[in-house]
Amino acid sequence: MDKSRFAVSRRGFLKGSSAALGGLVLSTWLPGFVPRSVAAEATAAGRLGDQSPRAYGAYVRIGHDGLVTVISPKIEMGQGAHTGIAMMVAEELEVPLSAVTIEDAPPDSELYADSLMQFQATGGSTSTRHSWKPLREAGATARLLLIQAAAARWGVDASQCHAKNGEVFGPAEQKLGYGELVDAASELPLPTEVVLKTPEQFTLLGTPARRIDTPNKVNGKAQFTIDLSVPGMLIASTMTCPVYGGTLLSVDDTTAKKVPGVRDVIKLDNAVAVTASNYWACQQGLKALKVEWDLGEHASINSAQIDEALLQASSRDGVVAHSTGDIGKALESAASRFEAVYEQAFLSHSPLEPMTCVAHVRADACELWVGTQVPVFAQQTAAKISGLPADKIIVNNQLIGGAFGRRLDYDFITQAVDVARHVSYPIKLIWSREEDMTHDLYRPQYADRLTAALDADGKPTGWQHRIAGASVLGRYMGSLPENGVDADAVEVAIEPIYELQNLLVNYVREEPKVVPVSWWRGVGPLRSTYALECFIDELAHNAGADPVEFRLSLLAEQPRAQAVLRLAAEKAGWGNTLPAGQGRGVAVSAVFGSYVATVVEMEMLGDKAVRIKRLVSAIDCGLVTNPTSVHAQIEGGTLFGLSASLFNEILIEQGVVQQTNFHNYRQLRINEAPGVEVHIVPSLEAPGGVGETGTALIGPALVNALHAASGTRLRRLPLSRAGYYPA
Amino acid sequence: MNLLSINGEQHQLDVPDDMPLLWVLRDVLGLTGTKFGCGIAQCGACTVHLDGEAVRSCVLPVSAVAGKAIVTIEAIAENAVGAKVQQAWLEHEVVQCGYCQSGQIMSATALLQYKPSPSDAEIDAGMAGNICRCGTYTRIRAAIKDIGQA
Repeated sequence: MDKSRFAVSRRGFLKGSSAALGGLVLSTWLPGFVPRSVAAEATAAGRLGDQSPRAYGAYVRIGHDGLVTVISPKIEMGQGAHTGIAMMVAEELEVPLSAVTIEDAPPDSELYADSLMQFQATGGSTSTRHSWKPLREAGATARLLLIQAAAARWGVDASQCHAKNGEVFGPAEQKLGYGELVDAASELPLPTEVVLKTPEQFTLLGTPARRIDTPNKVNGKAQFTIDLSVPGMLIASTMTCPVYGGTLLSVDDTTAKKVPGVRDVIKLDNAVAVTASNYWACQQGLKALKVEWDLGEHASINSAQIDEALLQASSRDGVVAHSTGDIGKALESAASRFEAVYEQAFLSHSPLEPMTCVAHVRADACELWVGTQVPVFAQQTAAKISGLPADKIIVNNQLIGGAFGRRLDYDFITQAVDVARHVSYPIKLIWSREEDMTHDLYRPQYADRLTAALDADGKPTGWQHRIAGASVLGRYMGSLPENGVDADAVEVAIEPIYELQNLLVNYVREEPKVVPVSWWRGVGPLRSTYALECFIDELAHNAGADPVEFRLSLLAEQPRAQAVLRLAAEKAGWGNTLPAGQGRGVAVSAVFGSYVATVVEMEMLGDKAVRIKRLVSAIDCGLVTNPTSVHAQIEGGTLFGLSASLFNEILIEQGVVQQTNFHNYRQLRINEAPGVEVHIVPSLEAPGGVGETGTALIGPALVNALHAASGTRLRRLPLSRAGYYPA
Repeated sequence: MNLLSINGEQHQLDVPDDMPLLWVLRDVLGLTGTKFGCGIAQCGACTVHLDGEAVRSCVLPVSAVAGKAIVTIEAIAENAVGAKVQQAWLEHEVVQCGYCQSGQIMSATALLQYKPSPSDAEIDAGMAGNICRCGTYTRIRAAIKDIGQA
């Protein structure tokens, strides 16, 4: 039995009296780290008819019509979070999924901060892991209160009643709809203890329910930020200094202002903006500008210098992120040693919807309409730029046309507000694809150096793992903790699934500074998994062992890792002999609270032409909310990673990003995309993350398959760098 | 003045001749179902039908489409094949973020009108102009095959 208690005050839920809001509003959960007094204050603000954002200090609202609104702490960017969260509430509340609609939570750290990340954000594959308990609690609490209200009306004991399909049923076949009960239910004290359903009682969770956001995404009705229009709005586009850190010196806008439709040309510190009646005119206006830049201190930096600096850094010891045993001694006494360096490129996110934000700065308030993974940061940056207090910044979150981590940053929101504060009208900032790609915050380029101590059988007794690269966490948080360790960068590396007596992980912060770095789907676990799973594969081959058997021999204490590895291998026909020029590669890891294994089957169709014949993944992600979403996320996440592993690297010349659009930063297309077979290991463990798991596994499985098929061992991504292409 | 036929309606528009159709649809007429992704006909998010053929509206000057029948995602349900594609997209749970899917559906509809039962190679050829960053290709292929076999 899963019992839960709430830190919530009596006034923590509220009854709406207006028809629009009407009904029961429940605030059943507050994050554990919020001090009690703050939590009480936050919920006490709620009262009858209160329309302020704090009145949304609630996850569940039930209207007099019986319809349920769930305030989602997680935004929808394609990963299916809205559907999963709606399912969690519907399951415990006993309403059909169709009765639930989702509203995005407003910025409010105290109410909506993620319990794993400790701030209000959608990312890190946390949506299911975070929401699983509080959202089910919210639904279950409402159900209990509605049953109590019905029981009181009928003069029976609540234990004689039950709820189903949006109605409460009594012992004498009485029934009342939720809408008829909400007013009475909202007068009842919150229960101090709520019993959640056990998995075998689930009727909705674990089933392949249809996604709730998709109908409007097949008919053009779904509106993303780029589609919005507010009264009086003009379009804005910007040209930002081509070198990061550079500044604007001067602009001659004589010709630009003659472009039909152009309204204003606005100078910012590092960019120039054109506003116009339409995007095309903005772009024509930008092209007509004569702009002088001060390119700043990074204008002489090239990718070759960055490569060299990272390689050198990977030989330094930096700071110790983790140490068990004594790797020094192990290396001294080893039968043999093996060392390899794995390199991964700067990557752009390039979601198909470019950076876009609608902003209106007025004298008394600033309103944003923007798809963001971090609504509180959006609010804070708007406050800073506009000079208005945070409570005067309204953030209306929107559907997101792809993020992959890009919208965990808010540089484009900052810029939109900066443009908007110069004009009286609202603006919709739309970046061109070229601006989007050349002014991204990139996945860092990394060099991982691994040095293993091997016994007489070629098995590792331990290794030293040095991780060199720019720190995303340091940039994002402003600084790293005193020990100098970037906890994201070393994740998985400090806790590999393999049994090692000696493990030393060093973090070497090496900042190229020429471009800013940020979160990219898969984050630290992606980088670590690539290095570890390529390395273990090399050790297996050097030992003359089968790559699956070699891994299993080091996984005695890891039953879940064993299970996914065995399942993926079995489904992929691992061990069945393939003709010459074909091979299979494997990778397995524990990432984001889940266990995943991927097998790639590859065929060489020439020296450099590769055909991926099969892609097979097995995952144990604990209890599954929606198996369709799990399948879809692994399929998509795997292809997202495959695209980058095959094709993508951001290169820098004279401080300028060289890749500008999809012709020179190409993406996997359907004719190059293998099917992805996904197998879920049934599990009663706590839910794990899914959205980034496929992405983290495909790179090493691909490189290992290339070795199996061709005998060539690549250590640097992408494959295209060595001339390989899909055929 | 450019006279455009969009989703069966005539529009008399005073826009520059070189303005791409995409921005006429989106910023002049408010038909935002057709998306902007790259501006150089690389991603297919802006795909519309021009006299029944799938074209990239981001590089198509409005002057080149006068007098031709333009159909966008907003009206594709009126096309029997288009309606089937939309339904198959839902049944196969194709969609993730959804941003590219207007273009995917327009390309798939054009493909299926031309080849009612496309082979894998024909699906690849017909759909290779549309990028999906979420990686929904496996399901797009399955959905199109399903219609082709119905």
